Amino acid sequence: MYRYDDIDQTLVAERVDEFREQTRRFLAGELSEEEFRPLRLRNGLYIQRHAPMLRIAIPYGLLSSVQLRKLGDIAHRYDRDYGHFTTRQNLQLNWPALASVPDILAELATVQMHAIQTSGNCVRNVTADHLAGVAPDELDDPRPYCEIIRQWASLHPEFTYLPRKFKIAVTGSPADRAASEVHDVGLHMRRDAAGQIGFEVLVGGGLGRAPAIGQVIRDFLPVSDLLAYLEAILRVYNRYGRRDNIHKARIKVLVKSLGAAKFREEVEAEWQAARADAPHLPQAEVARVRAFFAPPPYESLTDLDATQDREPAFRAWYRYNTRPHRVPGYRAVFVSLKAHGRPPGDMTSAQMASLAILADEVSFGLIRVAHDQNLLLADVRQIDLYTTWRALSGEGLATANIGMLTDMIACPGLDFCSLANAGTISVARDIQKRFDDLDYLYDLGEIEIKMSGCMNACGHHHVGHIGILGVEKHGEEWYQITLGGSVNGFTALGEVIGPSVRQHAVPETLERIIDVYRERREEGERLIDTYRRIGMAPFKERVYASRAQAA
Amino acid sequence: MRRVLKRREIRADDWVHWEEDPAAGEGAKPLIVPLKELRSHPEVWSARQGALGVCIALTDRVEDLAPELARCALIAVQFPAPTEGRGYTQGRLLRGRYGFAGELRAVGAAVKRDLIFALARCGFDAFEVAPGEDLEACARALHRYSVAYQPGAPGALALPQRFTA
Repeated sequence: MYRYDDIDQTLVAERVDEFREQTRRFLAGELSEEEFRPLRLRNGLYIQRHAPMLRIAIPYGLLSSVQLRKLGDIAHRYDRDYGHFTTRQNLQLNWPALASVPDILAELATVQMHAIQTSGNCVRNVTADHLAGVAPDELDDPRPYCEIIRQWASLHPEFTYLPRKFKIAVTGSPADRAASEVHDVGLHMRRDAAGQIGFEVLVGGGLGRAPAIGQVIRDFLPVSDLLAYLEAILRVYNRYGRRDNIHKARIKVLVKSLGAAKFREEVEAEWQAARADAPHLPQAEVARVRAFFAPPPYESLTDLDATQDREPAFRAWYRYNTRPHRVPGYRAVFVSLKAHGRPPGDMTSAQMASLAILADEVSFGLIRVAHDQNLLLADVRQIDLYTTWRALSGEGLATANIGMLTDMIACPGLDFCSLANAGTISVARDIQKRFDDLDYLYDLGEIEIKMSGCMNACGHHHVGHIGILGVEKHGEEWYQITLGGSVNGFTALGEVIGPSVRQHAVPETLERIIDVYRERREEGERLIDTYRRIGMAPFKERVYASRAQAA
Repeated sequence: MRRVLKRREIRADDWVHWEEDPAAGEGAKPLIVPLKELRSHPEVWSARQGALGVCIALTDRVEDLAPELARCALIAVQFPAPTEGRGYTQGRLLRGRYGFAGELRAVGAAVKRDLIFALARCGFDAFEVAPGEDLEACARALHRYSVAYQPGAPGALALPQRFTA
């Protein structure tokens, strides 16, 4: 993985000093709450329901065992012994004391980590495919480009205060495991006729209010122009994006109001006009960064049947929680953070410490964060899979449900977040309770449930096969259900099935949807496929039939 | 008299804003006039003897400022609130693309130490800080970072930086 040089390390250290001074001024009463807000937000610090929330950047989801150990240690010493992994591959601490945040940042800096621009109206953490570098279907590894973009975007002086937050995702695979089409900018790696790597550029995707799918504004962007082109997009956005209404300030609204063609014209004109002045990305710099992402020293192995003579529980785990690897003899292993009875994405300090040890033993000391709130050991020898499973099981990290209904995404919701309208954690728990039988889940196959506690859609509910959105009605928590959303290579936004339901009715509602699927599915169809074939009507009819009719 | 941070030093401001003293238009004192006013009465202002500066609005397009770039020794850009970021681009373009070599001044209630470093990287060399803000702290903020990833605007403090134009 990338290692900081003097520039990176100095910048992070100086950022800690700056934030320490800003925090001191706030605590001393020299800065008002209003003045401190934009300053702390630029460093991932929210004031939440119970305490501050600190969002720590995990650039493109890649962690070393040293870093994971440090995160566990920080959660233990400064928080309540756990952290929450988010859909943007970051880690959130829910209970740090405001006065200790500068110390936490200083601790992070010792392992080349930070919280720079994890919130606020600026370029946020750059995300990537969690299988980058190991997926068999990949054109090229997106992570060097993510790292380059991370550096370019960090404390970018011109884009200090954009109209709204700005999220970039890069994918090197057609399967698009980075949900790039629902980002402000999505970069798809491509190869031109001469075999050169470049990017297809999408702009204006996003969830939240008025969700939109990104539109292609350039088919092929040469690598050397990557930063110049991003700068042109950001400059057009910074100049013309709306600032009068927070709900209309994302770039998707600008792209929509201008039209993609006109927006593209503006960007291309700006790109050309800035030629002499814009940052150039020389080949040597790309090579320098790429070298950090060279494949680890794989052994020369052959594929084997790891499940032979093993118990059914291991075989189920192998089937659902591991993925093919481009190198023979290896598998990528999901670390499930979706144990039934636990909030999705939560991980304890003890689990982090154990996983760090395991990663050192079986996966070159590296861990990845997936946007669906699980972790990954990407390079496990097939011969080590059984012991890996045993170790993960011992830590409660081997629930064999990846891709299944209970592998749901959920934001922290009303329990923690001051933006939320409704709880998510208790709803997730009710769903896990109702669908507790793994064999039943396996029969249902791949179902993505994504849940958000408010319209901001941190839980990506629009693109869940089943989406659940918490809404507030007359002071009560209700849930609006959508069907038919998807990402991963075919992006579609879900449709609302009908009137929202009360919390206690959510599991029952899901069960009715599932019943329709089980009755109507054809051979090999997933829920999403059946939905696409038969449409909303049968589902809607069943969900809103009276209890007696449904039975 | 107002003090400003200018070319890394704290000094007395020799400029006056037209709104502060409309009568100053008559004299020879360096005067900053809103673009709208300059354009509304070109005959008055083109004849003025003393140094002339222009204060642009956030919605003014830097592409349209050719006459002022030639005529004015100072361009003031507004930072009315900490979350208002358009001025950074205005400054960057004026200093870079349009080669403005005069005084590029940040004005407004948000001009405080926390913004100074980024503003300087964008090419601002003068800071008319918010009332009550500590000018010494603002001067120190010019050295907040000793490295940068992005190329700075022409004339910005030279630092070790990752990317160049």
